Amino acid sequence: MSRPEHVAPPELFYGETEAKKYTGNSRIAAIQAEMTMRAVELLNLADDSSHYLLDIGCGSGLSGEVLEEDGHIWVGMDIAPSMLEIATDKDVEGDLFLQDIGQGVGFRPGTFDGAISISVLQWLCNADKTENRPRYRLQRFFSTLFMSLQRGARAVFQFYPENDTQVEMIMGIAMKCGFTGGLVVDYPNSKKARKFYLCLFAGQAAAGQKQELPQ
Amino acid sequence: MRLLTHNMLKCHVKNCTDPDKQYPLRFKDVQIEQIEYEPNEEFLVRMLPRLDWTALVKTAKDLNIAIPDSVPEDPASDQEFLQKLHTIIMETHVTEGSMVCDGCSHEYKITKGIANMLLAEHEI
Ligand SMILES: [Zn+2]
Repeated sequence: MSRPEHVAPPELFYGETEAKKYTGNSRIAAIQAEMTMRAVELLNLADDSSHYLLDIGCGSGLSGEVLEEDGHIWVGMDIAPSMLEIATDKDVEGDLFLQDIGQGVGFRPGTFDGAISISVLQWLCNADKTENRPRYRLQRFFSTLFMSLQRGARAVFQFYPENDTQVEMIMGIAMKCGFTGGLVVDYPNSKKARKFYLCLFAGQAAAGQKQELPQ
Repeated sequence: MRLLTHNMLKCHVKNCTDPDKQYPLRFKDVQIEQIEYEPNEEFLVRMLPRLDWTALVKTAKDLNIAIPDSVPEDPASDQEFLQKLHTIIMETHVTEGSMVCDGCSHEYKITKGIANMLLAEHEI
């Protein structure tokens, strides 16, 4: 099976037909919800009150709906207009942006309590157009994301890495942009169930307080 | 888009770096919709230090929305203030129109509530 990010850029791959198929598929929806809950858990939010969260690659709002159920206020961005349209038709509560994360995100410093991203990061590693230089785009993305987070906040990315080299490239660039953290692998022994979560920390919440990578 | 989120936005065009002009993005030809949302005082108080009040006042005045000129000394116990704030930043949504950057003149369009933040090749 060919990986979707190799077939076409996301805004083309998730055209109207694919977007509807993706959103209407209950198995995909269930997996997305489950991964979203795990990502939120890995955010390690201070208490169970409402937080202001960024959903990177929010698609049609499957992950956003999970955030809403938890009482969070969210802002979502996606590059596929057809996905965002489905989200608006569903009246999701999040504020929606049509955005190419490789161009950076434009928020004032310390805006968000955390960021999650479900099945998106691998798209950013692809040189799908000649002008798309993955390294430059990753750098632009991570550096602007770092700024937009509260000190000590986390960004958790569930993604499908292609190989170790890709993971190293992503981590290397994220660290260069100020993040610490690492990879959490769920179900490492099952090839089918295995899930990768890149957990990034935007500095320390308080001086001398070291962030530990969750289990 | 809620006015809360608008208040957090700044222009992300690469060479637009004048910190005094990157925000607030100026609304142009907008349509506004009030969408009811369950009041959450704890969240408002959490967000208050993150709001740029001067920018919020400017934006609200542009949209003809009444807003206190400054934050009261003890906002957490000022019910009337919190209620007004809730209506302005959580329930006021911009659904159509655009946002213009005073620094570089980039115009971000808003359609059906979705803000288009895509940049041109020379802006990245
Ligand atoms: Zn600008």
